Amino acid sequence: MSKEPTGPASQQDRLGDQDRLGDIVEFQMGPSHPATHGTIKFNLRLDGELVVACDTEIGYLHRGFEKMCEQGTWTQAIPYTDRLNYASPLINNFIFCEAVERLLGVSVPERCSYIRSLLSEMSRVADHLTCLGMSVTEIGAISVGFYMNEARETLYNLTSLVTGARVTVSYGRIGGVTRDLPEDFAPRMHEAIEHTRKVLIDSEKLLERNRIFIDRMCGVGMLATDDAIDYGLTGPLLRACGVGRDLRKDAPYMAYDRLDFDVPVGTKGDNFDRFSVRFEEILQSLRMIEQALKDMPEGPVAVDDPTIFMPDKAKVYGSIEGLMNQFKLVIEGVKVPAGEIYFAGEAANGELGFFLVSDGSGRPYRVRVRPPCFYAMGALEAMLEGGELADVIPTFGMINMIGGECDR
Amino acid sequence: MALAEDLRGAVPASEAIGGQNAGGEVVTVRSNAIVETMRYLRTSIAEPFDMLVDITAVDRIEGAGELEVVYQLCRLADCGRLTVKTAVPAANPKLASLTSIWKAANWAEREVYDMFGVVFEGHPDLRRILLYEQFEGHPLRKAYPYQKRQPLVPERDPIADPWPARDLEPR
Repeated sequence: MSKEPTGPASQQDRLGDQDRLGDIVEFQMGPSHPATHGTIKFNLRLDGELVVACDTEIGYLHRGFEKMCEQGTWTQAIPYTDRLNYASPLINNFIFCEAVERLLGVSVPERCSYIRSLLSEMSRVADHLTCLGMSVTEIGAISVGFYMNEARETLYNLTSLVTGARVTVSYGRIGGVTRDLPEDFAPRMHEAIEHTRKVLIDSEKLLERNRIFIDRMCGVGMLATDDAIDYGLTGPLLRACGVGRDLRKDAPYMAYDRLDFDVPVGTKGDNFDRFSVRFEEILQSLRMIEQALKDMPEGPVAVDDPTIFMPDKAKVYGSIEGLMNQFKLVIEGVKVPAGEIYFAGEAANGELGFFLVSDGSGRPYRVRVRPPCFYAMGALEAMLEGGELADVIPTFGMINMIGGECDR
Repeated sequence: MALAEDLRGAVPASEAIGGQNAGGEVVTVRSNAIVETMRYLRTSIAEPFDMLVDITAVDRIEGAGELEVVYQLCRLADCGRLTVKTAVPAANPKLASLTSIWKAANWAEREVYDMFGVVFEGHPDLRRILLYEQFEGHPLRKAYPYQKRQPLVPERDPIADPWPARDLEPR
């Protein structure tokens, strides 16, 4: 606790005749706090309930992702990407693979593009449901949190059906995906879509006239559009400020140019807009999944190039060429030609970019991730300052910081 | 290519060289002109790059003796992208800060300082961001061994140095 000179005149007016005027309290929140899902620390300076300054400390989950990627082959970096945004690991997998493929100069078969888009959208729905469900739970609407968790569970079960794992999927491969979708995927996906739609209708009914929800979200954590651009915000946070920028539309990759969807934008850039943009994006993603299921062509799910993609297991066990092929790919890795690329895709939280440098050997020289929520966390102090202590929780929830991605 | 020519005209000290990589256009400039270059790209050109997407560095110490700093810019209007590169000598890695142009540069430069040791002059708050302040060295430099450990609290081998056996007798 420290004494500070009194604040500006406007602040004195607001505080009226409170005798606390001028007392600035230093308050540490985290790194282990029930509402900071993800380990993070806020060093707040409070004037009563008002947040005067916020110094955000991140890095508690730093595991040296970029350093570790340099130690193995390009393919061995894929499991690390699962652990970036672990609420939607498939999106990270696919964007990394797309970046390496562009450096290699290969394009994947049509069916693979559709599978990647479909599963990316499924992950985006799960990610948004996590973000929204957790946030509303924290401000009291716990039933919505349960409903959304239930819908997410059906999507995680589908992820598990396709990839064999719920979170650590490692399903993308350079040049394709590990295996085709299982036969009963489409009907189960349709069931999950129906279930998710029903959950969204229920949640909307519980929230749209809920006084507590509206009061705690509307006009809270506002960020002006210019500031949002200045801070490098992307994804739902930037769209909530009214900038309709979505890499799936503006720089299409995978099969997004063949899918029809709208990009929802907000008007005020407050927490309510961030919530609504994500809510609408779930509906748009469900639309995209239905289209992808309908339009998905038959065919191979990976490039037919033995220098890039692993041979069939039947060939590995049944012929010396197949065995050699597998051995070379495992030991030496995919030989990516020397060069550099920055490739970004639209992850659930915004622009997930990979800056890759190859020196022509089988190992990456440099893998840089541009994590969307790192920059959003940089803007957090601007969103919190001038607000109240209790607003820290919903604003932080709407940023949807994922420790694995922010700290790497 | 045209952009590099404009840049050479507007900011002669930049000595800009245009190029291309697998992802798009690249401009390489001199490190002492980085702020003027960026201000020109953000404010003075017809289609300005309004967003600083990312700052990172690449270790080129072996060979060139330099740290290459890489900036990713984006134009929101049409999602046009540009990579700007510059290099600083590894022996004296100093570079002017871009915090006066983009607020995003604040945390991005702290991370490059943390990981590579590039000192951004004019940065308001150049502290480590992902690692703790007692950490020694800059781990993303190639010379830093990836298995090196620097625990804040001393690590204990539970086999060589087990906890003392608990006294199970009733008190």
